[in-house]
Amino acid sequence: MADNILEMRGITKEFPGVKALDDVNFVVKRGSIHALVGENGAGKSTLMNILSGLYPYGSYSGDIVYEGEVCKFSKIKDSENKGIVIIHQELALVPYMSIGENMFLGNEQGKKFAIDWDKTHAEATKYLKIVGLTESSKTLIKDIGVGKQQMVEIAKALAKNARLMILDEPTSSLNEADSQALLDLLLEFKKQGMTSIIISHKINEVSYVADDITIIRDGKTIETLTKGVDDLSEDRIIRGMVGRELEDRFPKRHGVEIGDIALEVKNWNVYHPIYTEKKIIDDVSFNVRKGEVVGFSGLMGAGRTELAMSIFGRSYGTEISGTIEIHGKEVKLHSPRQAIEAGLAYVTEDRKGNGLILSNPISVNTTLANLKGVTKRGVIDRDKELAVAEEYRVKLHTKTPSVLQNVGNLSGGNQQKVLLAKWMYADPDILILDEPTRGIDVGAKYEIYCIINDLVAEGKSVIMISSELPEVLGMCDRIYVLNEGRIVGEFEQQEASQEKIMARILSTDSAAKEKKQ
Amino acid sequence: MSKNKILTFVQKYTMIIALVLVTLFFTWRTEGKILMPQNITNIISQNAYVFVLATGMLCCILTGGNIDLSVGSVVCFVGTIGAVLMHKELNMWLAVLVMLAVGLAIGAWQAFWIAYVKVPPFITTLAGMLIFRGLSNVVLQGKTMAVTNEKFVQIFGGGANCYVPDFFHGENLNILCLIVGILACLVYLFFAVRNNAVRKKAGLEADSIVKVAVKAVIIVAVAMFFTIRLAQYKGLPMALIWVVAVVLIYSYITSKTTVGRYLYAIGGNETATKLSGINTKSIYFFAYANMGLLAGLAGILTIARLTSAQPTYGQNYEMDAIGSCFIGGASAYGGVGTVPGVIIGALLMGVINIGMSIMGVDANYQKVVKGLVLLAAVIFDVVSKKKNS
Repeated sequence: MADNILEMRGITKEFPGVKALDDVNFVVKRGSIHALVGENGAGKSTLMNILSGLYPYGSYSGDIVYEGEVCKFSKIKDSENKGIVIIHQELALVPYMSIGENMFLGNEQGKKFAIDWDKTHAEATKYLKIVGLTESSKTLIKDIGVGKQQMVEIAKALAKNARLMILDEPTSSLNEADSQALLDLLLEFKKQGMTSIIISHKINEVSYVADDITIIRDGKTIETLTKGVDDLSEDRIIRGMVGRELEDRFPKRHGVEIGDIALEVKNWNVYHPIYTEKKIIDDVSFNVRKGEVVGFSGLMGAGRTELAMSIFGRSYGTEISGTIEIHGKEVKLHSPRQAIEAGLAYVTEDRKGNGLILSNPISVNTTLANLKGVTKRGVIDRDKELAVAEEYRVKLHTKTPSVLQNVGNLSGGNQQKVLLAKWMYADPDILILDEPTRGIDVGAKYEIYCIINDLVAEGKSVIMISSELPEVLGMCDRIYVLNEGRIVGEFEQQEASQEKIMARILSTDSAAKEKKQ
Repeated sequence: MSKNKILTFVQKYTMIIALVLVTLFFTWRTEGKILMPQNITNIISQNAYVFVLATGMLCCILTGGNIDLSVGSVVCFVGTIGAVLMHKELNMWLAVLVMLAVGLAIGAWQAFWIAYVKVPPFITTLAGMLIFRGLSNVVLQGKTMAVTNEKFVQIFGGGANCYVPDFFHGENLNILCLIVGILACLVYLFFAVRNNAVRKKAGLEADSIVKVAVKAVIIVAVAMFFTIRLAQYKGLPMALIWVVAVVLIYSYITSKTTVGRYLYAIGGNETATKLSGINTKSIYFFAYANMGLLAGLAGILTIARLTSAQPTYGQNYEMDAIGSCFIGGASAYGGVGTVPGVIIGALLMGVINIGMSIMGVDANYQKVVKGLVLLAAVIFDVVSKKKNS
């Protein structure tokens, strides 16, 4: 029997209404690099959160066997004490503290009431050397780049005596050179006996470093592929990831005529609002026609949301350049108000964070983007407002006892309908729907698709950003593929397939990598 | 009534129930003295500034739990300016106008930094608190300046004769006061019935007739009780007129206008509001400029009631206003709270104050009790929110 450092057996985890993990088995060999891959929402992060103790023992069923003993972690500290350290996708460093202070945050050196700063910085320097950083441990985190910050995270994990390191999308915010350095560092650690689990969307990176690859889909482990035994080609992995049956889950559109160009964006460039040297959108040009549904496909972090928000009245980014034409006329959109007046609507992916006011009723949310419609000389006509909200409740089949219900009390699908109602009431010509079906059940998804069809039937244009490939393929007349801020492909509906889109993303990923080397 | 129904009833009317219980408690402990006509008048006149400031403070708090610490100092400074101007025998109405303008200007000054330069409100207004306290001292040179304009004092609710004159010259009862009370009740009944009918017609959730009737009977009974009490003393205090005007105007602004709606929206979710095409900066500006204006009015009421200006006036007024808001159900995170709620909060504080004074409780213990009440109210807000989510 192989020497396994970790075995997760029959893990099942339920959230209210959703089975996030269903009888998952996951085995990691000592001293290997094990990759966990799957689509967004497949359950990878949930599984790792169980392992780290973020979801405590008792909130899931199944066993975690680590170093031969069954573990019952009730908090993150428990798993860290055993040498299991997780490095999250979003960097968890304090910008205004030094590297050394960050590295030992929560793990302070010296006595409880007398931190030994000399020891702290000496230790920090030691670990910095291991990860190949030459910075002083007294440098502030905000003064080093994202790539080096990621290295500091790894050094921090080492300082906790990590024996099993979990990296959640470690390269998602790194450029090619930094990513390569990080992956090589992992290989170096492997030689010294460290075990790592890496979660990644970037299949090329996975097949570069991993000894074993476990594929998760819809909360279930599909298969585990082993280097030297199985075929580890990118095509093979993709097939495992997306291989679900395509059922008839999409309502048909009949007789919608596709007309003239409604929105045309040319040479659009956007830089990161904080790391202003980082280009988020790189010379993107695209168009949408009247009555057309256009999809934007790409991995998380490809820049789709950033693209949409920067177009919508410069709600994201700095040093934006490029032109926008609506119905053939160039427009300058410097605020969401101007964008709305020009006929644009942006329906956010983050309905709770950026879309809805959860503590307010449906009626208030419905009219927020077009309060003018129910207002006379600055005074709101409450009766008219309620009538409007009621009209959209009926039209979109929102399930609620009344439009006076607070939005926070609704289910995800119904919240999404309220969000759509809000933007439909603003009467735009072009709607940008960002992940319109994220986190809602299949029935509600179907209804959202029907709403999209109604919108284009009325002669509106829809841009649909989605991470779910089947949805993009099923709903869109035309699909743009975005990767690392660039448009890397454009498909008509007939010619597109999941494999083609994925292959396009990956080929540009590795092309970029080769160019660098 | 099921257990659930009682629970939602208690949750909805917590502060009103608390106010009733506290009033009953003091009625018992003071052998009914607290409900004597003179004491009821005092609750209103003594706390007029709290009602006015708390209304303005609510607008700031709605934007996201932001407070204005400078109001006490602004009250003092505006009062100082007014006292000096009237000492120089400026026309009284002109002086009032200048005082309001000064309040508004101070508000706009602070609002500019908060809204457009993004200086945290806490710091901006802490600075204002120091600046205007200092300036008041400079102008008054540390001394008291008497306000001798009797007309001013009377109109803004100070001095011995600060009541609306009874045109009908009732003997034991102030007839004007009674008439106003009855009219107010009729107006209330009219709107209560009309609104319910309108909602029913529009096919919306409307209360049953029994519920409307019970509510109306209780409100009219309470209103008439206090009307008669006031009529038995000297009638309507002038301060009440100003307070009612402010409360009505701001209830309307917060519930019926777009500006009011946006105050709630920002506090509920600022990003969502911005992405809905709303100029959030101008809403912040409104909240703080408006606070300055109301602090100006509170300054006027303060120097009228105390018939002088002193560099120490207005101390801790900001705390009374902030406390009333939170006790009255405003959320410490913003987006939740109503003007009537805040008025109930201010009344609760007022009743506790005067009740303990009548009982002869030491002033320091009064502070302890008020502090505990404030803490309890906010704990209630936080805990009930946690349960809901």
